[in-house]
Amino acid sequence: MSPGAARRSRARDGFVPPIIAVPAVLGLALLVLPLAALVARVDWTTFWPDITSQPALDALRLSFVTGLIATVACTILGVPLALVIARSGARTAAVLRAIVTVPLVLPPMVGGIALLFLFGRRGWFGALGLQIPFTTTAVVIAQTFVALPFLVLALEGALRTSGVAFERTAAALGAGRWTILRRVTLPLAAPGLLAGVILCFARAIGEFGATALFAGNAPGVTQTMPLAIYTAFNGAGVPQGTAVALALLLLITAVAVLLLVRAWRPGTPR
Amino acid sequence: MTAVDGGLSARVRVERGGFRLDVALAADPGETVAVMGPSGAGKSTLLGALAGLVPLAGGEVRVGDRILDAAGGRGASGDAAGRGSSGDSAGRGGAGDAADGRTGDAADGRGASGDVAGGRGRAGRVRAGRAAAGRAAAGRVHVAPAARGVVLLGQEPRLFPHLTVRENVAFGPRAQGVPAVRARAEADEWLRRVGLPDRGGERPGELSGGQQQRVAVARALATGPEALLLDEPLTSLDPETAGGIRDVLRELLGTAVVATHDALDAVVLARRLVVVEDGRVVQSGPVREVLAAPATPYVAAIAGVNRVLGVARGGRWVRDGVVLEASDAASRAAAADDGVELVAIFSPSAARLVPLEALGTGAGDGATTVRRLDPTPAGVRVRTELCDVDIPVEDAAGLASGSPVGVRVAAADVRLRRAAQRIS
Repeated sequence: MSPGAARRSRARDGFVPPIIAVPAVLGLALLVLPLAALVARVDWTTFWPDITSQPALDALRLSFVTGLIATVACTILGVPLALVIARSGARTAAVLRAIVTVPLVLPPMVGGIALLFLFGRRGWFGALGLQIPFTTTAVVIAQTFVALPFLVLALEGALRTSGVAFERTAAALGAGRWTILRRVTLPLAAPGLLAGVILCFARAIGEFGATALFAGNAPGVTQTMPLAIYTAFNGAGVPQGTAVALALLLLITAVAVLLLVRAWRPGTPR
Repeated sequence: MTAVDGGLSARVRVERGGFRLDVALAADPGETVAVMGPSGAGKSTLLGALAGLVPLAGGEVRVGDRILDAAGGRGASGDAAGRGSSGDSAGRGGAGDAADGRTGDAADGRGASGDVAGGRGRAGRVRAGRAAAGRAAAGRVHVAPAARGVVLLGQEPRLFPHLTVRENVAFGPRAQGVPAVRARAEADEWLRRVGLPDRGGERPGELSGGQQQRVAVARALATGPEALLLDEPLTSLDPETAGGIRDVLRELLGTAVVATHDALDAVVLARRLVVVEDGRVVQSGPVREVLAAPATPYVAAIAGVNRVLGVARGGRWVRDGVVLEASDAASRAAAADDGVELVAIFSPSAARLVPLEALGTGAGDGATTVRRLDPTPAGVRVRTELCDVDIPVEDAAGLASGSPVGVRVAAADVRLRRAAQRIS
C-alpha cells in the first residue's frame, strides 16, 4: 500500500475503537442469518409450481392489487397532508408529525382493532350501515392505515428541505399557486415523493396484523401473501412449500424496493 | 410602447420592530434608478415592499397606471417625503410626484430594451390594476407578487435546479400562458442576449456562478416585467464576472431599481441615485451629481472623496486654521455667507503631502498629523486628521501614525457645498 493510500484509508476510518467490530458483526449476523436460513429452506424443484399454485396466485394477485390501490390512496391523501405539515409552523408541524407517526410505532394489531371499532357493526361508521370489515376494501383500508406515515414523512422531509425560496422565485416570475405546486414544489421534492411511494407500497404488501384483525383471512378475498404464509404454517389451506416460496418472493420484493429507494435518494446524481 | 408602460413610482413606509423605513422613489419609463445605502439602511426592505413581499405600513406603489399597493388612510395621499433633498435637481423622488403618476420630463424613451419582450400577460395585469385602482378609493390595495409585473432579482440566482437552463428562462412566459414551444424559442433568444447561446440544454448546476446570474437576468427579463428590481445582483461575483454582467444589464435593463453597495453599479446602470440611510432618503439626484457633492459621510465614502466639515469665512472654507478655496461659481456661491457650515469636497488623489517646512500660509495648504496608513492596490492612503491623501508606496517611507505632515490641495480640485443642504 502506498503511503498516500494509507493516509486516505486512515482518514476515512476515523477514531472508532476497532473492538466494536465484534458486536457490529454479531448484529449483522442476527439480521442476515435468518434470511439465509429461509432461502436455504426453499425447495427449488417445486418453487415454480409452488408460486403458481392456485392459493399462491390468489394471494399474489390480491396483495398486488390491494397494495397498489392502497399506495394510490396514500398518494392522494398523503401528498396534501405532507404539504400541510411542511408549510405549517414549527409547533403545529410537530403535533401533526407525531399524529402521523403513531401508526408507524403502533403494533399493527392495535391498528386493526381500532379500525374494527370504527368500521365494525357497532362502530361509528358501521352504525351508518357501512359493511366494510372482512372485505377486500378492509384490506385496502388497513394497508393504507399502516403505509400512509411512510409516504407522508418521506415527502414532508423533502418538502421542508427544499424550502420556499424557489416557490417565492416562481411567484415573482408570475406563476400561480397550482403552477408552482406542479412545476416547482413537487418536482423539487420528487426524490422524497418517490422514496415515500416505494416504501409505502412495500409496507402495504407486507401488512399483516391490522389486516388479520380487520379484514380476516378469506382466500381470494382478504388473504394476502403475509396471511397466506401465516396460514400455511398453521397447517390449513396453503402448503408449507408454497408459504416458503411466497416468503422468498416478499423478501426479494423488499430488497428490490430498498435498491430502488437508494437509487432515488435525494441528492443522488442520476 | 404601450399605454401601461409608465415607469414606477412609490412611497414606501414599512415598520418592523424598531426599524422605520420611509422612502419615496420614482423611475421614469425605461429608466434605471440606483439605491445605495449602508447595510441595514433598508434597501432590501424597500425592494421587498416594491415586490409585494413586505407589507406597507403606509404609502403607495404604482407601476404605470396601476396601483399595486395602497396602505389606505394616512400616507396614501402622499405628502412629499423626499422633496427638497439636496442635489435632487431633477425634482423627482417626491411622493407628490407619485400621486399624479408622472413627472414632467418623463418622455425620455426606454433605452435599448423595453420593447423586446412583447406585451404578453399585460392585459391580465392591466385588468388586475384597474380593479385595484377601483378599490383604491375604498382604502387598502395589495396586488399579489405574482400579478404585479414586477420581478425581484436577488444576489442568489436561484435557478430551478430540476429544470434545464432553457426551461428556467421559459418558466415565466409559460406560467403566463405562452405555449411551450414559443416560450422555449424566446428563452433561447434571451440566452443569446445575455451571452449564453447554446447553453439552454444544460442544468443550472453545470454553470458557473456568473453564468447562473446571467441566466437569472434572462429569466427575469423574459417575463416582460414592467419594472425589474435588482437586489445587489453582482455582490457575490468576482469583479471581472460582475463587469460582464453589468454590461449585459446596461444593455437590457428597462424600468428598474437597483440596490447596490458598489458605486460602479450606480454609475454604469443608473441615471439617478437615491441614497438611503437609516430608513430615509438622505440624498437623491443624477448619479454623477450625487457622487460629486456627497451630502453625508457615507456618500463621500462610496464616492471615494474627502468630505470635510468647516465654516465659510470670506468666501473660503476654514477649519482649525486650514483655509481652502475653490474656483468654481457654485462653490463661491455656497461660501458667500460667513459663518455657514461648509463641506469641502476633494479627491484623495487630488491632495498631496508636502514637507511642513515647504508649507505655505495661503489657501490650500494645511498642517495636520497622520492617523493611519492604509495600503491600497495603487499605493497608500494616508488618513490624516484633516483628510485622506493617496500617495505612491515609495513616498510613504518614514510616515507613521502621529507623524506631522503638510497637505496641499489646489483650488481647482476643491468644491464647496453648504453642509446644511443635507436633509435628515
